Amino acid sequence: MKYVDTNQVQKNMNSRLLKNNVLKSVFFLATIFGLIVLAVLIIRVIMQGASWINMDFLTNKLSTSPDRAGIMGAILGTFWLMVVVIPVTLILGVGTAIYLELYARKGRFQSFVQTNIANLAGVPSIVYGILGMTIFVRALDFGNVVLAGGLTMSLLVLPIIIVAAQESIRAVPQHLSEASYGMGATKWQTVKNIILPAALPGILTGSILSLSRAIGETAPLVVIGIPALLIPFPGGIMDRFTVLPMQIYYWTIDSSLVEEYANLAAATIIVLLVLLFLLNATAIVIRNKFQKRY
Amino acid sequence: MALDNKIDNHDKRSIQDMIAKKKNGKNITSITEKVMPAILFLIAAVSILTTIGIVYTLLTETIEFFKRVPIMDFFTGTVLKPLSQNPEFGVLPLINGTIISSIIAMLVAGPIGIMTAVFLSEYASERVRRTLKPMLEILAGIPTIVYGFFAFTFVTPLIREFFPSVEATNILSPGLVMGVMIIPMIASLSEDAMTSVPNAMREGALALGSTKLEVTFRVVIPAALSGIIASFVLGISRAIGETMIVTIASGSSKNFTFDITQSMQTMTAYIVEVSGGEAPAGSTIYYSLYAVAMTLFVFTLIMNLLARYVSRKFREEY
Amino acid sequence: MATLTKPKVNIKNHANTEQKSITETAATTKQNMNKKIVYDTKDLNLWYGETHALKDINLSIYEKEVTAIIGPSGCGKSTYLKTLNRMVELVPSVKTSGVITYKDKSILDKSFKVEDLRTRVGMVFQKPNPFPKSIYDNIAYGPKIHGIRNKKILDEIVEKSLRGASIWDEVKDRLKENAYGLSGGQQQRICIARCLAIEPDVILMDEPTSALDPKSTLRVEELIQELKKDYSIVIVTHNMQQAARISDRTAFFLNGEVVEYDETDTIFTNPADSRTEDYISGRFG
Repeated sequence: MKYVDTNQVQKNMNSRLLKNNVLKSVFFLATIFGLIVLAVLIIRVIMQGASWINMDFLTNKLSTSPDRAGIMGAILGTFWLMVVVIPVTLILGVGTAIYLELYARKGRFQSFVQTNIANLAGVPSIVYGILGMTIFVRALDFGNVVLAGGLTMSLLVLPIIIVAAQESIRAVPQHLSEASYGMGATKWQTVKNIILPAALPGILTGSILSLSRAIGETAPLVVIGIPALLIPFPGGIMDRFTVLPMQIYYWTIDSSLVEEYANLAAATIIVLLVLLFLLNATAIVIRNKFQKRY
Repeated sequence: MALDNKIDNHDKRSIQDMIAKKKNGKNITSITEKVMPAILFLIAAVSILTTIGIVYTLLTETIEFFKRVPIMDFFTGTVLKPLSQNPEFGVLPLINGTIISSIIAMLVAGPIGIMTAVFLSEYASERVRRTLKPMLEILAGIPTIVYGFFAFTFVTPLIREFFPSVEATNILSPGLVMGVMIIPMIASLSEDAMTSVPNAMREGALALGSTKLEVTFRVVIPAALSGIIASFVLGISRAIGETMIVTIASGSSKNFTFDITQSMQTMTAYIVEVSGGEAPAGSTIYYSLYAVAMTLFVFTLIMNLLARYVSRKFREEY
Repeated sequence: MATLTKPKVNIKNHANTEQKSITETAATTKQNMNKKIVYDTKDLNLWYGETHALKDINLSIYEKEVTAIIGPSGCGKSTYLKTLNRMVELVPSVKTSGVITYKDKSILDKSFKVEDLRTRVGMVFQKPNPFPKSIYDNIAYGPKIHGIRNKKILDEIVEKSLRGASIWDEVKDRLKENAYGLSGGQQQRICIARCLAIEPDVILMDEPTSALDPKSTLRVEELIQELKKDYSIVIVTHNMQQAARISDRTAFFLNGEVVEYDETDTIFTNPADSRTEDYISGRFG
């Protein structure tokens, strides 16, 4: 006895294929939906802010008057923040990765640290802000200076660089370190001379990505307390400061009072996005240049 | 031949001698060898200290808060008036705002994210996939403050154009924009789960006369379900913790309402408002900051643990 | 006559099954002229990008026979098999020329619906590939996508197919369990049952026993002998003994060409081409 009716199957086939094709288009539209929003966002920001970008805007101090306001202070603030974040995250991130990959005995402690890092990656950035405010600003009494902000940001992006560094250390082929051990090199000599240089491109890429996150992040700094209008430029890591995202934040919420502030915010967004674009382009160049050398 | 050997032996010996001599005088190497593991251990401990720091600060100040405001009043109170003469600290309006904005975001990011994943993993050619994926990743790399600006100055006015009754600050617009922000995350994690379904399984289904759509919905998605669910849970966690978009575009009304056209405050936005308002240390409102942050922390922690549990526990074997 | 020359290939089958297959072969030879052709391949060429993988293939596959395709790895035998249900198109860079007709329909035409073809032609793969679902859902998958939803009919199809693949007795009490709990040999028979559930005319088998142990291999071979009564079977195998044991006709592929295609007995006892003789006597490959 036949259960499958060939004619019926063929009749169904057309509608099944039609469904397939219709949904394929739907899936495609869904895929480009995000890209369309991205395009609208970028076009909108450029239309609103591009005409406000000029030398004065980039080099002037902050001002309540839109025509005279500039973002030099925020640019310098972002710069000094990086001066703190880069060394701190590199040392802590790479050190942790080396420890976990090469020194820690595989066991409970190692997997505990690993789980802990995964959980830290999921903690909302604003909670880091509260940690920074409580520990660095108040308990250690740094005040709301670059150092406090930078350390907070470093802790925030630490999981990113740890995971990236771990992956690139893991990708260094075993035979390289075995060759080094085979010549009687000690562990640290092998780590320093063989493993780290081979893992460096991956570490740098991860470091740049975590840096872009730190540059664009706003919430922790809001909690730490960055003044809305700060006239003097920061000259070191113990100075009070503002950064580009903070400036965007203040100008955006005040745009209901002074309309031009929205344009200033858009112009600052352009500067921020260009900065992030350059950083990511560097990361891609590094990745491509050093890919698969061994 | 014999002569050559002699020279070789001689050379070898002298290099070995040199190494041996160096070893005697070189204590630095052996010291580094002993000290480095300890240093590296201390560095690795920083991440644990961070966790301890977060939990400790949140916990001690939250306990202080509950000494002043009964814990039941906090978790069951529907009124939040921290600045009034008779302040009330019910957290429900904030939880409500957080959940509603997350639901709106997931209604956007869930379907679009999974459809994107299906397109990239099942339909797109390798070339199309390689072009579209990095472009989507740009979306994930845009700072949230930029999305906040976009929600406030573009999306909200656009919505008000069509629905004038929507308020200038409302929960709908930031929810939608947050959804767009989360799309790449869900798309990329779900796609990973789908591409790890072995091709043999797709071929088995195709050989039975399935269309691609049937392969996707009856074989690939069920096999990748744990990864897809995990991506949703992580997306929700991301939405719950998102701060700047809702702070900018949803305002600070502490309404306990389900009307998405109105302004609502999320837990994150409350933290921004209170800490930015320079709450004097030691005041009840200052401590409320920690109680809200603790609640937020627990919410996201549960979500993250849940995501890990789902993807581990229900990982399909094939 | 055939038995005399058979020792060339080491056959470990029981005497009675051998006897049976020989009488069957004799019978098919007699009515050869009446056999219907299921698949007819004319001047088939196939390229993977620049690589010319199949060259001027001409081959007819007959109804209710087992056709074996043998040859060294890389000779194009799997590629040819996958062309018969157009699974080969899953590789993006594939180009074909020539004609394959399946029951007088030209299947390589772009207008021909592959899904239709694959509904009529089942396939069993090298590695067992059940879906990560229950045994029942694995078998019911095909009928369900083709629109059969009646629970009672589905139950009957599942039982019939599992019986057809002679695995019903082993799994009838655990139909709701995941198919991945079964052994490799059982999984492969589940995959065959899955194929039977849509009642195909042809079953394509791509080295179906290469991932199985000898005992499971034997069971699958016996099953193939059973299935021959109702289905036309094309089997790719790297195992010459297997081809000799179970097939009625054998095609020998080498470097993308059909060197020789004839009745299995002829191929293994009296090959026309010296390359075939070299291969089956183990001088290469």
